[in-house]
Amino acid sequence: MLNVGKIEEGYVLDHIQAGRAMLIYHHLGLDKVDWTVAIIKNARSNAMGRKDILKVECPVDSLNLDVLAFIDPNITVNVIRGGEIMEKKKVELPKELVNVIRCTNPRCITSVETSLPHIFYLADPNRRIYRCKYCDEKYQEISDR
Amino acid sequence: MKKRDLLTPLDFSKEELDELFDRADDIRQHPEKYAHACEGKKMATCFFEPSTRTRLSHETAMLNLGGKVMGFPSGSVSSATKGETVADTARVISCFADIMVIRHPKEGAAAVAAHYASIPVINAGDGGHQHPTQTLTDLLTIRSLRGSLDNFTIGLCGDLKFGRTVHSLINALVRYENVRFVFISPEELKVPDYITDMLNDKGIPYEECIRLEDVIPKLDILYMTRVQKERFFNEEDYVRLKDFYVLNKAKLKRAKPDMYILHPLPRVNEIAADVDDDPRAAYFKQVQYGVYVREALILKLLNIDVDKL
Ligand SMILES: [Zn+2]
Repeated sequence: MLNVGKIEEGYVLDHIQAGRAMLIYHHLGLDKVDWTVAIIKNARSNAMGRKDILKVECPVDSLNLDVLAFIDPNITVNVIRGGEIMEKKKVELPKELVNVIRCTNPRCITSVETSLPHIFYLADPNRRIYRCKYCDEKYQEISDR
Repeated sequence: MKKRDLLTPLDFSKEELDELFDRADDIRQHPEKYAHACEGKKMATCFFEPSTRTRLSHETAMLNLGGKVMGFPSGSVSSATKGETVADTARVISCFADIMVIRHPKEGAAAVAAHYASIPVINAGDGGHQHPTQTLTDLLTIRSLRGSLDNFTIGLCGDLKFGRTVHSLINALVRYENVRFVFISPEELKVPDYITDMLNDKGIPYEECIRLEDVIPKLDILYMTRVQKERFFNEEDYVRLKDFYVLNKAKLKRAKPDMYILHPLPRVNEIAADVDDDPRAAYFKQVQYGVYVREALILKLLNIDVDKL
């Protein structure tokens, strides 16, 4: 792993599919906090060819990582405490996504009543399919937004 | 106790549906026993888009139970046109009525209403999404005609791609034993993948075909739906295929003597008038069953136990 400043406490998100680090940066709301964040793009990886890595210096448990598996199921989360990797875990698909993605079905009630939260539920874990809680429309494969 | 709503046909377990259908049977046989069950209760029918048959069916059900009804028949006469949200309408109606029936052109509107209302909400159609009381009606009709919801072959004919009543019915029937599906539709209007994926996952047998005549002899129930001209890509295909999805006396000759014909209505020309007198034509009975099942539903959602009154 590259060493871009050692982290005392926080997370190292490894094995991110190359090119998706910024997407995760925004989804985790890292643009809205003043923690130290290192974004490593296109790092060499034996297994993946190229990968992205995200290092976040922050109190452990202060990030909601639910969204990760939705964006990329192969991410490894390293939990860092006292400068050491305390835990390495694979991410799991969240049962529900609230205001992470938006329903684009023009027939959906959320298209006319814009104050409603956009809620998606995990309809099929094997096929990684999320559906809108209101209209059940399938969320289409994630694209870079 | 947490309030219950009916938003999708799967909101009730199989056991709850059995109870509901038993109650509907009892209502059919002993209507007088239920004539005052909802005395003092009010039902609001909030129809943001018109559907006269569905609204009158709910209102008839409530009146049969001795309750009162109020509401609006279309969005143009409600404050929705002034920009009131479904959430606010639901909160307001909760102050007036004991139970709310909502129909809305947008998908998921009933779920929003149920979330914000403090009274039970019945989804009477939310766009092309769900229409659960139609599904309950279909299930009760099949159960009453056949005596059971297990062990039969159902043919679903017509527009299987956009027809929400068809999707809901399939999703409800897969919970019963040994139900076999035959999908009869033009290539353009086949059942969506998520339905066939679901059937494959559950190992439930189905077949797909283009012509009704080819499969009619094996059916125990034939569920007809409308094939709309505008669903076809071109006029040529429509003209070529439309007669495949019309049921008439001639085609009915090859059907079993106890194959019942259902249709969610309104029909246009997909069932010829010469079929109406056939004893197997059950689509008008279906309308009557729709009232019974809605009566049973209202009692269930209002927690009214007639046996204890
Ligand atoms: Zn939606």
